Amino acid sequence: MDYAVNGGRPVFTGLDMDIQRGRITAIMGPSGTGKTTLLRLITGQVHADSGSIKVAGEELRGMRRAALYVLRRRMGMLFQSGALLTDLSVFENVAFPLREHTDLPERLIRQLVLTKLQAVGLRGAAELMPAELSGGMSRRVALARAIVMDPEILIYDEPFVGLDPISLGVILRLIRRLNDALGITSIVVSHDVQEISTVADVVFLLSGGKVVARGTPRELQSYPSDVVRQFVGGLADGPVPFHFPAPDYFGELLARDEDA
Amino acid sequence: MKLIEELWESLRDALVGLGAVARFLLRLLAAAPRALLRLDLISQQIYNAGALSLVIIMLSGLFVGMVLGLQGFQLLQRFGSEEALGTAAAIGLVKELGPVVTALLFAGRAGTALASELGLMRATDQISAMEMMAVDPIRRVVVPRFLGGVIAMPLLAAIFSVIGIYGAQLVGVQIMGVDGGSFWSQMRAAVGLRDINEGIVKSCIFGVTCSLIAVYQGYYAEPTAEGVGRATTRTVVTSAVFILFLDYLVTAAFL
Repeated sequence: MDYAVNGGRPVFTGLDMDIQRGRITAIMGPSGTGKTTLLRLITGQVHADSGSIKVAGEELRGMRRAALYVLRRRMGMLFQSGALLTDLSVFENVAFPLREHTDLPERLIRQLVLTKLQAVGLRGAAELMPAELSGGMSRRVALARAIVMDPEILIYDEPFVGLDPISLGVILRLIRRLNDALGITSIVVSHDVQEISTVADVVFLLSGGKVVARGTPRELQSYPSDVVRQFVGGLADGPVPFHFPAPDYFGELLARDEDA
Repeated sequence: MKLIEELWESLRDALVGLGAVARFLLRLLAAAPRALLRLDLISQQIYNAGALSLVIIMLSGLFVGMVLGLQGFQLLQRFGSEEALGTAAAIGLVKELGPVVTALLFAGRAGTALASELGLMRATDQISAMEMMAVDPIRRVVVPRFLGGVIAMPLLAAIFSVIGIYGAQLVGVQIMGVDGGSFWSQMRAAVGLRDINEGIVKSCIFGVTCSLIAVYQGYYAEPTAEGVGRATTRTVVTSAVFILFLDYLVTAAFL
């Protein structure tokens, strides 16, 4: 699969991945490798320039909006920011997909929403507004909302960013539990090596628009590649340069004012 | 040569923009029938765009009417026909000032609120989240806001005109001493259905224009703080220009 931003800078060239049903797949890579873009491709928010993307056996390229929306009902996505609807309470946020897609009686909606909120430990916050929640709490509410329609595929975009250790542990356990209990296929995009290693079954490491490594977290620890070693070991410089491309440092510092 | 090229460029950009807005309007209209089933969402937006603009509209209407009363009285007094003050104020308000000033205020109050709300929803991923939940944001978020504005605007213009006429009466009759009977009776005799229709047509057109510009700017705002700010500014500026331009066209059409 190939993808370039507005036909300009290529983000992916010849990317080839297969994500297995019922397992937790982590997609890792340095910032700017297009991990979030990859999620947008998988969910059909943007389309590949060439090649093919299949989700649950269905080809996304050239898919009509209506068909895409039917497919998306089988997916849940947790956004980096939580992306809760700010004009609705926590309860209504979680109830939102149910109200939009089903004609369930109010009693049943209430039960479903409370069950999901209980699962993320926030049943007591049902009547709060999103503005009253902390970052970790909004992400847990967003997770409850993502699972309220019982999706087959659950996608997490950077679920660990900016969380305190307690919230982080809660989210990690939830990812594992949801996957095992409901048989969901989970895709987690992250660059937190430690956290993801404890939960993922398979890890794909992306760099330069390609998959540079795949395997279990343990296999990645001893992967014979400089890029992988740099990333897993958290080294500042290596095949992924620390510096953004720039002219010569001393030359620029010592340049006379009129040259600058 | 360069000037002509630049002029051509900006003309082309303007046309492309106009085309994009027209396509957006078609999308809204296509989604409208299903959105109309959700009356709760639309009435919420009528409240947001209409009821919350009431105070500013009523106050402005009162002051505009009072100024009309003063100015009109002074002018008409020169010709010894102060009794025509009611007619002058009513015609001026119903046909012109009511729809135009209401639309300008509406763009400043409700239009900016719509644009910044939608822009922030885009910036905080709420629009994407809806798309991911297989909920069409156009149908769920944009159309109710658009329809709310379209419905609220003519009502606000009508209220503006009524309050304005009472403002003119307050100054003309109560303060300047014009005869109350002739103020009202001359107005009733001179203001026809055609004048009222002109006001209604104008306020409906302005309602569509302002709401469309606001939701378009908000929905396609760049998802940054700067982008949302720009979208809000553009909403007011573009709305104001279009209101005055369309006002001329409709006035000419009604002659």
